[in-house]
Amino acid sequence: MDFSLTPAQAEIRAAIERLSARFDDEYWLARDRDGQFPEAFHRAIAEGGFLGIAMPEAHGGAGLGITEAALMMERIAASGAGMSGASAVHINIFGLHPVVLFGTAEQQARMLPPLIRGAEKACFAVTEPDIGLNTTALKTQALRDGEDYVIKGQKIWISTAQVADRMLLLARTTPLDRVHRKTEGLSLFYTALDRRFVEVRRIEKMGRHAVDSNMLFIDGLRVPAADRIGAEGAGFRAILHGMNPERILIAAEAVGLGRAALRRAAAYANERVVFGRKIGQNQGIQHPLARHWAELEAAFLMVLKAASLYDRGEECGAEANAAKFLAGEAGFRACETAVMTHGGMGYAQEYHVERYLRESLIPRIAPVSRELVLSFIAEKILGLPKSY
Amino acid sequence: MKLLVPVKRVVDYNVKVRVRADGSGVETSGVKMSMNPFDEIAVEEAVRLKEKGVASEIVAVSMGVAACAETLRTALAMGADRGILVETEVELQPLAVAKLLRAIVEKESPRMVILGKQAIDDDMNATGQMLAALLGWPQGTFASKLVIEGDQALVTREVDGGLETVSLTLPAIVTTDLRLNEPRYASLPNIMKARKKPIDILKPADLGVDPSPRLAVLNVAEPPRRQAGKKVASVAELVDKLKNEAKVI
Ligand SMILES: Cc1cc2nc3c(=O)[nH]c(=O)nc-3n(C[C@H](O)[C@H](O)[C@H](O)COP(=O)(O)OP(=O)(O)OC[C@H]3O[C@@H](n4cnc5c(N)ncnc54)[C@H](O)[C@@H]3O)c2cc1C
Repeated sequence: MDFSLTPAQAEIRAAIERLSARFDDEYWLARDRDGQFPEAFHRAIAEGGFLGIAMPEAHGGAGLGITEAALMMERIAASGAGMSGASAVHINIFGLHPVVLFGTAEQQARMLPPLIRGAEKACFAVTEPDIGLNTTALKTQALRDGEDYVIKGQKIWISTAQVADRMLLLARTTPLDRVHRKTEGLSLFYTALDRRFVEVRRIEKMGRHAVDSNMLFIDGLRVPAADRIGAEGAGFRAILHGMNPERILIAAEAVGLGRAALRRAAAYANERVVFGRKIGQNQGIQHPLARHWAELEAAFLMVLKAASLYDRGEECGAEANAAKFLAGEAGFRACETAVMTHGGMGYAQEYHVERYLRESLIPRIAPVSRELVLSFIAEKILGLPKSY
Repeated sequence: MKLLVPVKRVVDYNVKVRVRADGSGVETSGVKMSMNPFDEIAVEEAVRLKEKGVASEIVAVSMGVAACAETLRTALAMGADRGILVETEVELQPLAVAKLLRAIVEKESPRMVILGKQAIDDDMNATGQMLAALLGWPQGTFASKLVIEGDQALVTREVDGGLETVSLTLPAIVTTDLRLNEPRYASLPNIMKARKKPIDILKPADLGVDPSPRLAVLNVAEPPRRQAGKKVASVAELVDKLKNEAKVI
């Protein structure tokens, strides 16, 4: 068992650190305040060829694994970019995985290169307002009409839809009452986000203001059958393949965010003098920080374990979910402690940790809640009855 | 023409260096290491010359412990074509580096060697000049601009009075200053390509050079801690303190 990075992985990590360092805390604070998408950062990542890290070489990607992508996302978040930086590129890193696995050669050649170059941005439209985590019950309809499908329905929480050119969309092509299993009859599309037929309404939210999340009202959007990924009715299976990588990446981001918070907290604790001593000299301040360091390290080991299983083509559902759970909690606790370590200044925007804390709730909620992760593990690993 | 670019592995410029407890040097274990920033500028300049069609091949060379191979990989990812690693555990001083470089120049016959003006760890600012002397080549140091015209290298140098341009007949030595260019960031595809580029590994003995240090470091110490400032009430008091306490006027 070797826990060290390969030289190539170490180099990628160093390169992404350098690139991220060009975007300092003030940049991210300003984006959080003005709510503008971090275009310059996205462009820099794209120009560096990093968007294609896990995409096939044949289409301009680097052909690396989710392990390398996770190492990269952790570094992006840890640079202080937090979830603002991570979410600005997240979907583009792994989101088109279903196209890689199930798309035709024509679709791959058409869809992947513009995304990898950063010429197009994608969003991921799965969640719906009325069904919650019960994805297979989703109500958005795609009705066949000649060579097209016509889409009608609502989506919620769709991140980057304000700036996206395309969306990966899951919709029902066969009504629930006409399929044997509820996982059947759903189809996946990767298609233009045509704003004439899709109203995109921004949700005012707690944090990560730079990267929008939205309600989508889709009415009469025509999608050519050529934009359907995989067979009709097989969309859920296709999207399942992307779920473990997504959990792994968001877990890596949570660890990175937690590490950014710890770094700031430790620096502050080393400077701030109260009662004639550095506050960091008190064990009451030291121990929580040290504990979070340990928690983040442990969570990242699980991230890397899940990633390496995935890259070897092995089953990694439990590990990917556990990584997401552990990292989400550890990241959140590190951010909370970072705020408390700063005392009153922790609540001031200019010390950045309050922004991290606001962002740290995202990996706890999305893309799957803690409760559902635990239900999954209880069922699949512990053999308990399925509860949902 | 062929270019030779030496690159040194140093403590990353962002790291707050710490002196080893025994005063023998600065702590490097567990510390982030990177390419000397002036050497990055040298690599960048070489790559630009290649992109302009002026240079045909860029050979990067690094000397020191095995991990210097990673510094070479960075140079290869930026656009150097191949690397040479002179591997040794001996702590290298500028004269040893210059002698090793001379041996490599004799083997490789580059038309120009572009070096950083100094390394940010020991700030010696000596290797380029020593190499020029050993080879008997002309040198253009502290370059803020470099133009190749035929067999001449026009090197603009930032000097006290303004800008000075010297014309060197190739082969020549150029050392880079901060304003020569802004080094590029290696892209991911280039990082991956660089992993397949060749790196030759040599020992100092293969080049017929004894790299043993000539200078002994007696002690390395932290600079004295800055004392808190004092407020004065008047100019007269200030002058008095400067005269009698600080004894600087
Ligand atoms: C910032 C942000 C960005 C997002 N971006 C995207 C995006 O780009 N694309 C996209 O498709 N979605 C996105 N989402 C949506 C996200 O994936 C969902 O919010 C998440 O999956 C939770 O679903 P829900 O909001 O419908 O919660 P609900 O399903 O309504 O759940 C509410 C609560 O009830 C609990 N619960 C529900 N059922 C059970 C049960 N059986 N047992 C125990 N507890 C239960 C849940 O765990 C949760 O705590 C984003 C969300 C956020 C906050």
